[in-house]
Amino acid sequence: MELNEALERFALRMGDNTLILGHRVSEWCGHSPVLEEDIALANTALDLIGQTQLWLGLAGELQGNGKSADDLAFLRDAWDFRNLLLTELPNGDFGRTMMRQFLFDAWQSILLPRLAQSPDARVAEIAAKAAKEAAYHVERSADTVVGLGDGTEESHGYMQQALAYLWPYVGEIFDTDEADDCLAQAGVVPHFSTLKDEYYALITRVLTDATLDVPQDDFAHRGGRDGMRHTEHLGHLLTQMQWLQRAYPGANW
Amino acid sequence: MTRPSTEQVWEWLDQVPDPEIPVISLVDLGIIRDVAWMGDTLEISVTPTYSGCPATSFINMEIETAMRGHGIQRLALKRQLAPAWTTDWLSEKGIAKLEEYGIAPPQPAGGPARCPHCGGTHLERISQFGSTPCKAQWRCTDCLEPFDYFKCI
Ligand SMILES: [Zn+2]
Repeated sequence: MELNEALERFALRMGDNTLILGHRVSEWCGHSPVLEEDIALANTALDLIGQTQLWLGLAGELQGNGKSADDLAFLRDAWDFRNLLLTELPNGDFGRTMMRQFLFDAWQSILLPRLAQSPDARVAEIAAKAAKEAAYHVERSADTVVGLGDGTEESHGYMQQALAYLWPYVGEIFDTDEADDCLAQAGVVPHFSTLKDEYYALITRVLTDATLDVPQDDFAHRGGRDGMRHTEHLGHLLTQMQWLQRAYPGANW
Repeated sequence: MTRPSTEQVWEWLDQVPDPEIPVISLVDLGIIRDVAWMGDTLEISVTPTYSGCPATSFINMEIETAMRGHGIQRLALKRQLAPAWTTDWLSEKGIAKLEEYGIAPPQPAGGPARCPHCGGTHLERISQFGSTPCKAQWRCTDCLEPFDYFKCI
């Protein structure tokens, strides 16, 4: 596989992850349990959407057909998205939202600092910026997971359920294909398999602090990062997110 | 017109207030990375504070308005991502003004050094996020007032 094509696929996946999760998190705006959490979630969503502009901007540049980050976000259909299934799952309750956030933040907090060392300056620049934000996000989501997991009997129950629901979506993070192999071989992006132990060590430590039982089952749902089988939830999300551009093509303000 | 010196342009930029924290200027905030003439075009490089900061496009508009007001005809604003913005780039003047305004300036330790209202040192964090991406919410347990803390990144 050609390096340029591999990098385009990689940038699209990075951008789709932050776009879809950013949109999901923004759904909490005005609905959070307390004001501080509302503001925190909105700010997290904002960071993710900002990172999306950078990653999808790079993907569009590599595609070389003049598509902007906005074009990629608003004018593709479900089967063209390459985000992890984890990011498109519905918010559920606040605990599940924070558990999903933690499982994602933990991954970003490990991957992005590595990408910031990439010899490809475009990747390194975006990652260096995003890594600072991810470090801040994981601090908060890990604290919240511990606070609720090691909280009351009721909050503990919610977090254990959230973990059971989300766990089968964690494995997809470490799926790789020929694009990932190509980038790893060129030294542009580390092979995800080399980061797996670090990731599981981090989440196991936090989940243990949260007094939660870490599931041992390694069954994983797949089909997000290759676009082959998204969940039914993605289409519903897109009808919301893309509504304006589809109803009023080219709308601007 | 004759080209104003880059020193002059820096001075003008130092008079453009940050839209969210109007007591400090864009130069105080450390987001102006370079000012240069390319022929008869003035190039100003701006770096975002946070990648999703909604003030970014507004800031570009403010810069453009200010430069047009000073008679600059050809202006190019460049987004500079690297090196990533850090609170180390806040000017000393800006840090003093932040505290005067009631916002605790960033500290390497990761939390405010003292209450910007009473100087008290008994502080607690309310939330890691505040009214803008660059701030967190804290409270002083001496005077009981909440205050914004400028996050250190
Ligand atoms: Zn005080």
